[in-house]
Amino acid sequence: MIPEGLMITGMAIATFTIRYAIFGASNRFTLSPAWRHTLRYVPPVVLTAIVVPEVLMGDGGLDVSVMNARLVGAIAAVIIAATTRNLLLTISLGMAVFFGWNECLGLWT
Amino acid sequence: MIQLQDYSHSRGQFRSPQAEFWAGARDILPLIIGAIPFGIIFGTLATSNGLSIGGALAMSAFVFAGSSQFIAVGLVAAGTGWWLIVLTTFIVNLRHLLYAVSLLPYVQSLPRRWQTVLAFFLTDESFAVAIRRYEQADGAPMKHWHHLGASVTMYGSWLLSTLLGITIGQTLPNAANWGLDFAMSVTFIGMIVPYVKTQPMAIATLISGSVALLAYPLPHKLGLIVAAIAGIAAGVLSERTLTHPR
Repeated sequence: MIPEGLMITGMAIATFTIRYAIFGASNRFTLSPAWRHTLRYVPPVVLTAIVVPEVLMGDGGLDVSVMNARLVGAIAAVIIAATTRNLLLTISLGMAVFFGWNECLGLWT
Repeated sequence: MIQLQDYSHSRGQFRSPQAEFWAGARDILPLIIGAIPFGIIFGTLATSNGLSIGGALAMSAFVFAGSSQFIAVGLVAAGTGWWLIVLTTFIVNLRHLLYAVSLLPYVQSLPRRWQTVLAFFLTDESFAVAIRRYEQADGAPMKHWHHLGASVTMYGSWLLSTLLGITIGQTLPNAANWGLDFAMSVTFIGMIVPYVKTQPMAIATLISGSVALLAYPLPHKLGLIVAAIAGIAAGVLSERTLTHPR
């Protein structure tokens, strides 16, 4: 048996330490304009690094084909986002395409 | 009158703390829909792999970090020592440093207790929603309430879905097959696309996505950090090359 309390306490401390470290030290340094400019890249690159494997990596590795409903849904979402700039529409239509394509694949196979 | 003076430069975009809070709660809903299956799966797996019910709930309540919770359950089932699980948690959560430094310009002037609370609730999802609100150029002064609203809502739903998994998880059809997790992908896509207006930004995301695929086999979500840093470097370098051509 593992000492559950110890493990969870340790995990909580480790996680909070990382989450708080930068905020906690915030009065000891200021970001130069150059750094602030560099940091503008963080949101898009991080979100991309999360989404791309999520969409392209299937159970059996890389799956770039029309059999991958996530890929089809993601392409639809990119097109909708680029043309409408409407987040809610991107989410709902992207999900609809994904579920619809899944249904079609189910009928076909 | 003093208040009017204070917000005069914000082009009338002042929103009350409550309004910001509920807007944050609303804005994170699609990401919550995407995370619910994982909360349910976590609750189900945790209790069937050696954690007590209290332990599973406590992990969601005090650690509140989905990926590391899943990895911890796997390690518990494999009989790994607790200190190694803690160390692994530390590594898996390193990516939060990137989120925190990116949020820093917006939380730097907040009181310490605000920073503490917002840090505890920091997740992939709350980061994505909060940074989007902070970056809107409306000059509204209460955006940290939006951040808090998104964070607290995410937290509540994570606890609830963990509880669902613990209690009725075994009777539900496999939540991994619902397809709801795709909500996170489309939401993030809708957030990424508006950024890609310049060539360096396009290069940065292209490199980040490619490196994320190549580095996918790396353990402990390290691929994400490698990809992000590669993307940032590519963006900054291409900016220099494009603006100072030889």
